[in-house]
Amino acid sequence: MIKTDAIIIGAGPTGLFAVHQLGIIGLQCEVIDNLDRAGGQCIELYPDKPIYDIPGIPECTGEELTKGLLKQIKPFKNNFHLGQRVEEIKQENKLWIVKTNNGNTFLAPNIIIAGGVGSFEPRKLSIKEAEKFEGKQIFYSVTNKDLFKNKKISIFGGGDSALDWALELSKSNKITLIHRRNEFRGAAHTLSEIKKKEKEGKIIVKTPYNLKSILGDQTMSEIEIEHEDSKVEKIQTDYILSFFGLIMKLGPIVDWGLNINNKTIPVDTESFQTNKEGIFAVGDICTYPGKLKLILSGFHESALAARACFKRARPNETYRFEFTTASKSIHERLGLKK
Amino acid sequence: MPKITYISHSGKKNTVEVASGLSVMEGAVQNNVEGIDADCGGSMACATCHVYIPENWLNKLEKIQDAELDMIDMAYEPKTNSRLSCQIIVTNELDGLEVVTPTKQT
Repeated sequence: MIKTDAIIIGAGPTGLFAVHQLGIIGLQCEVIDNLDRAGGQCIELYPDKPIYDIPGIPECTGEELTKGLLKQIKPFKNNFHLGQRVEEIKQENKLWIVKTNNGNTFLAPNIIIAGGVGSFEPRKLSIKEAEKFEGKQIFYSVTNKDLFKNKKISIFGGGDSALDWALELSKSNKITLIHRRNEFRGAAHTLSEIKKKEKEGKIIVKTPYNLKSILGDQTMSEIEIEHEDSKVEKIQTDYILSFFGLIMKLGPIVDWGLNINNKTIPVDTESFQTNKEGIFAVGDICTYPGKLKLILSGFHESALAARACFKRARPNETYRFEFTTASKSIHERLGLKK
Repeated sequence: MPKITYISHSGKKNTVEVASGLSVMEGAVQNNVEGIDADCGGSMACATCHVYIPENWLNKLEKIQDAELDMIDMAYEPKTNSRLSCQIIVTNELDGLEVVTPTKQT
């Protein structure tokens, strides 16, 4: 069991800045995130899109902001527990026990939920039969390339993931690339590679088509795709790879006994505490009158939640407000030379 | 105030007044209209405010941008008349607009 002062759920910009604010006042924390890297929506939804409303930074991308925050919290040497989801929260006296889906257990007086809109999951195919073949012949990500050798593969999607895997797997497979409209969204170089492979007969491109049905009872053998003008075509298929991006699901958070209102958690704006003592919510997931879903609001919320954590983590000490410009103890925590 | 009608996939109509300048998505969220999730809050990053536009309204809307089309690729069961309701800004000209919400958003 890992003991700490605060457990942060969510490694998006708000969660990362919470690490900073806890670190500044001398508290330790552990950060848990379902994704395999830090950055949250910034890194998953808009890594390359410029953000224009971070104070003091006229323009930066989601990726740059994440890198900057990671650099800013480096002195505090907190641990990240990535690629795992918090499944359960239990109270024990005045402490909270947090368990993740891969068996890690944490103990702390404070939990800061910086969970955004929930955890990211791949968006699945809409037709009913898809569920039956998921993990067997239908995949939403590629973890083992060797599975797909000398197979007939139908790839769905029009973005980078679909295009990149079509190219990669066309080396040893028959690929059909299916997309709902004629235009693909990908890097210019990737698009010209696809065109080349299409000419060579390595990739068959089918647009504008959607998946209509899966044929085969125990084993999928063929799929039917439907043209925009309702014409239906059969494609022999051993495997379907589907790349329709990520969706966000609140997930187990709803089971933790917290008040939840429209997928958000109401908090008091003095401490950002939820209806449970010692559980705080910051960033997109919290709500209060006037709430703005901005990164800068998340930073403010983290700063106040961190101070509230201090009282529970150090009940016998007095919290003293200090500035980073002048405080010797803060400078020590930042690892600055005297 | 312009009136916008949200029609569920099963045909249930819900007409609400939405101030000019707000998006069709905001009109739905502020009036608790079911069927529009708007997970990303209107940053065109999630495709969970996806709606279908009846033929007679399609050409009255401002032209769709590439970024919106890219995002609609990710939507649940997109069609040629798909739009993201966060990108449709209500004006007096859109008074009476009807939008149909998909069977689900994710």
